[in-house]
Amino acid sequence: MKLALSKWFPVASISDLPYRHIFQGQLLGREYAIWKADDGNINIWENRCLHRGVRLSIGTNEGFELKCQYHGWRYANRTAGCTYIPAHPADAPARTICNNTYTCQEKYGMVWTCETPIGDVPDIKGFKSFTVLRPIPINSAYKNVRNFLSSKEIPDHHMLRSKQTEFWRFKTNAGNLLSLVIQPQSGNISILRGIYNLKTTGTEKLRVLKYYNSLMTKLRDEIESQHLPKLHERNPKISKLADDLSQFPTLSDQKHNLRVSVSEKVKLSDNIVKLKLKSIKKQLPTFHAGAHIDIVLQNGLIRQYSLTNGPGETDHYCIAVKIEKHGGGGSKIISENISVGDIMAISAPHNSFPLLRNSTHIIFLAGGIGITPMLSMAKAMHSMRQSFELHHFTKSNDKEAFSHDFASFTNKVITYNDLSINQSLTTIKSLLKKPKFSNKIYVCGPGEMIQNAIKIGLEFGWNESDIHYEYFKNENEIHKNSTFKIDLARSAMSLEVPSGKSVLQILKENGVNLVSSCEQGACGTCKVRVIEGKIDHQDVFLNSLEKEGQNIMLTCVSRAKSKRLILDI
Amino acid sequence: MHAEICEDTVILNQWHPISSTDDLKNHKQITTMLLEEKITCKKNSNGKYFVWKSIDIKKKLLPIKIAYGYLWTSLGTPPTDLFSFPEFYEIDRRNVATGVFGVNISAGRTIENFLDMGHFPFVHTGVLGEEPHTEVKEYDVSICETNDEILATKCQFYQPQAAVISSKGAEVDYIYRIPHINCAILYKSSPVDKKRQDAIIIFVQPVSQEIVRAHTGMCIIDDKSADKDIRLFQQTIFGQDKPILENQFPKKLPLDSRAETPIRADKSSIAYRRWLSQKGLTYGVIPSEDNNLFEVM
Repeated sequence: MKLALSKWFPVASISDLPYRHIFQGQLLGREYAIWKADDGNINIWENRCLHRGVRLSIGTNEGFELKCQYHGWRYANRTAGCTYIPAHPADAPARTICNNTYTCQEKYGMVWTCETPIGDVPDIKGFKSFTVLRPIPINSAYKNVRNFLSSKEIPDHHMLRSKQTEFWRFKTNAGNLLSLVIQPQSGNISILRGIYNLKTTGTEKLRVLKYYNSLMTKLRDEIESQHLPKLHERNPKISKLADDLSQFPTLSDQKHNLRVSVSEKVKLSDNIVKLKLKSIKKQLPTFHAGAHIDIVLQNGLIRQYSLTNGPGETDHYCIAVKIEKHGGGGSKIISENISVGDIMAISAPHNSFPLLRNSTHIIFLAGGIGITPMLSMAKAMHSMRQSFELHHFTKSNDKEAFSHDFASFTNKVITYNDLSINQSLTTIKSLLKKPKFSNKIYVCGPGEMIQNAIKIGLEFGWNESDIHYEYFKNENEIHKNSTFKIDLARSAMSLEVPSGKSVLQILKENGVNLVSSCEQGACGTCKVRVIEGKIDHQDVFLNSLEKEGQNIMLTCVSRAKSKRLILDI
Repeated sequence: MHAEICEDTVILNQWHPISSTDDLKNHKQITTMLLEEKITCKKNSNGKYFVWKSIDIKKKLLPIKIAYGYLWTSLGTPPTDLFSFPEFYEIDRRNVATGVFGVNISAGRTIENFLDMGHFPFVHTGVLGEEPHTEVKEYDVSICETNDEILATKCQFYQPQAAVISSKGAEVDYIYRIPHINCAILYKSSPVDKKRQDAIIIFVQPVSQEIVRAHTGMCIIDDKSADKDIRLFQQTIFGQDKPILENQFPKKLPLDSRAETPIRADKSSIAYRRWLSQKGLTYGVIPSEDNNLFEVM
């Protein structure tokens, strides 16, 4: 069937999309999963999970994410990016696994889509207010229905001329208007949809719906009697995967290529500022709970901030910044020089502090501004109805800062104000004293707090692999005084790392674009697999098990104890 | 509408299960479909089995085999032997045919679903799996060259009710065998005897490219449970899989690596797709366009 790809067609009535429902629509043989998120955004996606081809319309609408029925994969509102693969809870999906999305507009009580839109859904003259009629499916091809409507007299209706051939307009004997539009569902099925140009309610609405239901059913019967419906094979159209999804992911330097504008700047407390960042043109990439972004500040400084968004909040990014009076300057610039409307360069989200959702219960321990990645995690856990508790150690003047973020799960949050170090230790001890099967600890805050929490956890018998943490910064002193060789297994290169330079620097100088972020051994973005050689770890990202394993390193700070390292890049 | 005629010699030359011998006990004659061909089978009073194409008025007999509780036949030239399944003949085991299920999907998709552990918490919630215990740990997949079969070993998955007697969940060990393009056997530790394993079978009869009859059975060490309860359990499990299978698109199994996104948990299904590609199977699958097979795991 040849139809202009730039034409808009309706695929659903708005009433087909009640709260947390997924509607199955079809246009030109392609099936769609159509769903409205809790923020009102309507998504039109290819009706097929990328993993094993199961219809997404049999999955569940979780409010801001759609969950596949087969393996529980979750896809974010708007971007359709996969946010979670339960079979591998430790992996934030490394590649951007993204379903096919289609343009969507809401007009005349219907949801419209178009393959390659030029402009918006056209206006239909005389329909400022309207009643949406019940659609009637017809076992006949689009062109048969069209020819029929063009040639047939409809009783008590007079056809009006219209520029858009897709919209038939009729005037009733009483002077009201009817407009009909055909949705070509597949080769042999069309759906006749209509609107009536008066807003009706109550019994009047019932009368109009009943009248047009019977009129359109008569039209259907006539069309179907003229054209015998052909049996046809159900072969829905399926898009192929993008090349990068079927191949090994390549590394590329996509640093700081997103442009956002500051749409909100709010003081959450005396010391904490929240920024809301909106994309200027493109859709923002999908993020996973625990992710951070790099922000390029006006003086060239680059700083990392965790996203505090809940799952599927894909129309903006939120960060919270603590203003350090004597800090490195990043927070000062944000507090003093950045205002609403400013344009900023940011990186796509990196995630090296992923949320493992395969535990029966998570204990979150947050110190001060270390709460930020945990806001996003707690929101994700809450939306999946998983069990957790959040303990926030803070100063009393900051205690109200995040109450808005906690609003939907206040019963799971305990805030401790102005505890001394000893009081904090006692509290952490009482929280961690009973390790349970499949429970996990997440901790983020000042270095000392993390070290203490790990120590206490291990003393009480927690597995090291069940304690997850993220440092803000690496407070260890880093030496750069060794010289060694690195061999790149997949790039077939051999390079010399002299004293005074990092592995990461040498890689970049030689055109190997490894993605990096904090460059001080805290965030884990630049980690690579090591095939051979003894690593001199200097980071605070890997845990001691991973360090002993000797097969992964952070290239920004770690070096070699042996003469040579073979890296898997 | 004319039925397509199957010309794929890979599938024609296989042995195909068409009925459990239990079902033939009570019938003098039954008909079924195999590769779009109507087939009649009969067991005479001497206990001998006969199979022929229903449209063939001369009733030329098709080759038959009785094995593992099933009657097998072929529309081509089948190999002398069927795959081995020694556990079936161990005297202290019970062999229970747990039912045949008609499913509107290809044989390949049915086998893949049988091999898949990742769906347990979502499709068999509370029975074979349960959120948040969703992780599929690394396991090994190999192709045994002497028997030409795929073997997935060291598979582990958290099961809410590991055994009838235990109230707690536990990790359960699984081994999967794919000894035939449309048959698979799953072994899992027996709750009665820790050293031995129960076997669960699925033998798929391709009715057409997109319709199957899935024959299921259990070969277990359990002298307590009634046959009825064992059947009910298996029917519950399959009843949960059927609507998922019937909502998969395309219905044929795509062998092209660009068709679907695999993850590490899908190692066995990747091996299975590659194995089918190498055999040159075209029936019930969408062959790879570029002959560029999957990356070696």
